[in-house]
Amino acid sequence: MYKETDILKESSVEGNLIINIGPQHPSTHGVLHLVVTLNGETIKKVEPHLGYIHRSIEKMCESLSYRQFIYVTSKMDYLSSHINNHGCAMCVEKGLQIEVPPRAQVIRVLMDELTRLSSHQLWWGAMAMDIGALTPFFHAFREREMITSIFEETCGTRLTMNYMVPGGVMADVNTNFQKSVKDFIIHFKNKINEYDELLTGNIIFQNRTKGVGFISKENAISFGCSGPTARGSGVSCDIRKLYPYEVYNQLDFDEILEPGGDCFARYLVRMKEMKQSISIIEQLIDNIPDGDFQAKTKAVLKLPKGEFYSSVESARGEFGVYIVSEGGTTPYRIKFRSPGFSNLSALDFMSREGKIGDLIAIMGSLDLVIPDIDR
Amino acid sequence: MTKEELKIKLTELFSSVSIDESSEWLIINISSANSLNYLTQLRNDSSLQFDYLFCQTCVDWKTHLTMVYHLNSTTHRQSLVVKVQLDRTFPEIETVSKIWRTAEFHEREIFEMFGVNFLHHPDLRLLILPDGWENKKPMLKDFEDPINMIKL
Repeated sequence: MYKETDILKESSVEGNLIINIGPQHPSTHGVLHLVVTLNGETIKKVEPHLGYIHRSIEKMCESLSYRQFIYVTSKMDYLSSHINNHGCAMCVEKGLQIEVPPRAQVIRVLMDELTRLSSHQLWWGAMAMDIGALTPFFHAFREREMITSIFEETCGTRLTMNYMVPGGVMADVNTNFQKSVKDFIIHFKNKINEYDELLTGNIIFQNRTKGVGFISKENAISFGCSGPTARGSGVSCDIRKLYPYEVYNQLDFDEILEPGGDCFARYLVRMKEMKQSISIIEQLIDNIPDGDFQAKTKAVLKLPKGEFYSSVESARGEFGVYIVSEGGTTPYRIKFRSPGFSNLSALDFMSREGKIGDLIAIMGSLDLVIPDIDR
Repeated sequence: MTKEELKIKLTELFSSVSIDESSEWLIINISSANSLNYLTQLRNDSSLQFDYLFCQTCVDWKTHLTMVYHLNSTTHRQSLVVKVQLDRTFPEIETVSKIWRTAEFHEREIFEMFGVNFLHHPDLRLLILPDGWENKKPMLKDFEDPINMIKL
């Protein structure tokens, strides 16, 4: 967090100017505080100061049971809460060796991909807005609204779903679910081309993003980047493809890689991922198997002594859950490997020697969600 | 590379380490004195190339602390867990931020939450916690705070 002494140290260099971006700044999408050292308009150093929304979720989870702790994790990466819940449920299932029924597996994948779509839509609108194009934001939110309505039908909430539980999903999908999703897909398939027409080919947008915030493949790996941030540098890291979970190994999809390494490459990865998610949903929506939506589990879950790690591909990258169990009803230690935290560690490297305006584009292309970073 | 092959390779490379096979991935236990040396070898050895540190964390066992490194190789697609046991009163370990640059952030978090002192870290100070939380180590098991409720 903010410290005056650090600022004084940096500003003593001749010609350096220190400015604060955030914590209350529209382009940081939350309470991220960046202390930027500038020389003229050139960035010399970017120092993220975190903790404005730190709730110590890891410590909190140590006193919550294996059923309870999943609800807290919805509040971390609130744009992909389904995927957070999924990762946690999977880790508990791994410990208890619970077999998830096929119906629940397919529902989970469908919900994950819808989440990815809604998260990428919001990112698309927000990144365009940061760069100065206001219209895309309204387009993105129009379509995102349809997805949140689909979630509301089934889960009852629009943002923090708490739908996936150890053993499957909490309730069966709404009877209207298949129809709503199909309607949405038909609608969105046309709109995604509109997205491209509106922004991707725009010369101002391309000038603001091409060659900006470059990170090489080696550095992206070294900085622990994952998700579209790493795939924009050509690092193969899609958990869905490399370490498939649920029904991903039965689906027909390719990992999307862009070698560019700049903001525009990361933008292209997410745009292509949206189209890919549509195709995954189309493959599954008519093939939801009948059967139970939840495996039979004991009322009180006790993980055996040991340690368990499971990871899922969230909209931002690899979301990992590391549980150390002592055999009790609560985890002894829990660690959430949040994709945003590692991706943010590369921000300073990406933006050095760039211009201050580029920093906004880089932050947009990283798709940061601050509660996910602070935990 | 399979788990067995990795185990053979690891015993070849480090004769003295103990290898635990009880979990999904191999776990090797090394001492804090030569941790940097071993981890550098794991990163640079051409048949291992653990170039991706995807998770670094610490566990408080009340008698000692354990530093846990989750490593993955993007070329060989192999995961490995490295554990280092640390003294609980004066925990000290060499930084790995020169090997994996993401560790700089992770180590700052571990420093403030568990009080582990990372030697030769380029910028070791509070990252998440606000001013006045130096040396409070909130993630340790015996941490009590009557004002800021963190237990439910």
